[in-house]
Amino acid sequence: MFYHALEIDEGSCIGCSRCMKICPTEAIRIGNGKASIMEDRCIDCGKCHAACPVGAIYIKQDDFKQVHEFPHSVALLPAVFLGQFPDDIRVSRIYAALKDLGFKHVFEVESAADIYKDVKHKYAREHVDDEPLISSFCPAIVRLIQIKYPSLVGNIIPAKAPLDISAMYVIKLLTEQRQVPREEIGVFYVTPCAAKIAAVKAPVGEKRSLIDGVINMDALFNKVYRKIKEQGKGYEYKALQTPQLSADAILSTLTNGERRICLAKRSYAIDGIENVMDFLDKLENDEVEGVEFLELRACDQSCAGALLSSENRFLCGERMYARARKAAERERNGEVARAREMEVYKDYLEENAYVEPVQARSMLTLDKDLSKAYKKLEKINKLKQYLPRVDCGMCGAPTCEAFASDVVCKQIGMTRCVFYQRHLERLNDITRQECIAAMNSVWGSDPIGDEEPPQVK
Amino acid sequence: MHQEYTVVEGDFVNAGTASSSVKKTLKQLGVNPQVIKRVVVALYEAEVNAIAHAYGGKVLVDIEADRIQMVVADKGPGIPDIAQAMQEGYSTARPEVRDMGFGAGMGLPNMQKNVDRLNVTSEVGVGTTVEMEVMFN
Repeated sequence: MFYHALEIDEGSCIGCSRCMKICPTEAIRIGNGKASIMEDRCIDCGKCHAACPVGAIYIKQDDFKQVHEFPHSVALLPAVFLGQFPDDIRVSRIYAALKDLGFKHVFEVESAADIYKDVKHKYAREHVDDEPLISSFCPAIVRLIQIKYPSLVGNIIPAKAPLDISAMYVIKLLTEQRQVPREEIGVFYVTPCAAKIAAVKAPVGEKRSLIDGVINMDALFNKVYRKIKEQGKGYEYKALQTPQLSADAILSTLTNGERRICLAKRSYAIDGIENVMDFLDKLENDEVEGVEFLELRACDQSCAGALLSSENRFLCGERMYARARKAAERERNGEVARAREMEVYKDYLEENAYVEPVQARSMLTLDKDLSKAYKKLEKINKLKQYLPRVDCGMCGAPTCEAFASDVVCKQIGMTRCVFYQRHLERLNDITRQECIAAMNSVWGSDPIGDEEPPQVK
Repeated sequence: MHQEYTVVEGDFVNAGTASSSVKKTLKQLGVNPQVIKRVVVALYEAEVNAIAHAYGGKVLVDIEADRIQMVVADKGPGIPDIAQAMQEGYSTARPEVRDMGFGAGMGLPNMQKNVDRLNVTSEVGVGTTVEMEVMFN
């Protein structure tokens, strides 16, 4: 029902439950010794991917070969991509490698940052009543609000993210200025995270995305880096017009990138999904007053700390700051006009930059019918009295509360709780065999095996 | 469904415990988000009142399939003139309470605005009881 970029490879999953415990929306359960993701709760933040010790949680991507299927393959690069490379590798070498890999055109997504900013400002001016307005930049945050903070969906600015705006621009530019037929253009987005893949494959507030394929940033980094190492020095590509991003555009994907140039009197920039949830809890209660704008990012250090970033988030972030400082100096000296290459199509892009309002789809609601939900909640509250509240996770659910809810809503046996098993044993209400069967239904057959226990003094 | 919470005098750190918990319950029931917001705002105001003005008290919440009833009963100085206290901006909060960002004189008016039924009873020197009801539909 919902597209997700994260998937679990059952073959390599060892059912260790690390992902289950770290998932911010309690979307993971363990059954038969394997983890599984509940589709309606997952927001593609990728916390589970980072926590998996065996790499069993992978991020779906499109086949790189598709790049060669289009005469005009376009790489849409996020600004953090250049931040992945060590300082001694020049941008022209990276571009050369991208050409060799089959991309005819290379654009940086953040070329659209200035238009995105204008779109948000315009919306903000017209929607003062909907404050605090929340940026639509981070797709994991948009999904988090949809499922966990339904009362705040109306606060999200229904604007396309820079990646969609830059895709519109690229297609417009190639079809109109260079007369390339649309079917010959393949727009490939190089994604730093899983959430952006989901945003491309199943966009919120629009029917389909303009992007033809998604390539994971870590995979492309490997390909480019290897090419550069193979070719040695002197390997360069002199683009006729290297797009110069403005300093604002370069910084826009980092924490504070949007906030520092927003017009709000009071605004906050919050990164890290736990921090965001803390804040939204308060905001939902009306405990925070007078906030006009919120920049919320799921990853610590925003996109510099993205899941598919192979570089340390602080090293990547500092490289981007260094690049922005240079851009700002150029702007001050008037050497290069501020990157406004999209200016020609500004009106077209701005007109088409809005999406339908974001809809809520609450994960917490127990039943669509309120009276049925009420009965379920009564049952859950009753069951909770028999659960130990230690959140040990042995039942295959992250918390006792989540387990009680699973028992009522998914008809899972209470005997999966080891504490409840002991309780039944005392009442002579359960056999040893039944206890073992209940545990096996969660953790698979005995993970320790049949060996004799070691002699421990 | 019955829930009970204790409010401790001057414990601003834990203001919102009852309203956060009620919020979660109402989300599970699938109550309209805008209605949840009204409930939470009203209950939070009442909690803060009991913390700021009284010597603590109790929050009693009863949730039915179509409504929520909330009673915040405090032991405290009481309100001599309830009609006056209901006016926006009227406040008797101590300066130190105001310094913390509370006591703007919007508490009772805000509750009034957000609930379907509000009943305030008070006895000077004994305490105040705020009863509120919000319908889900």
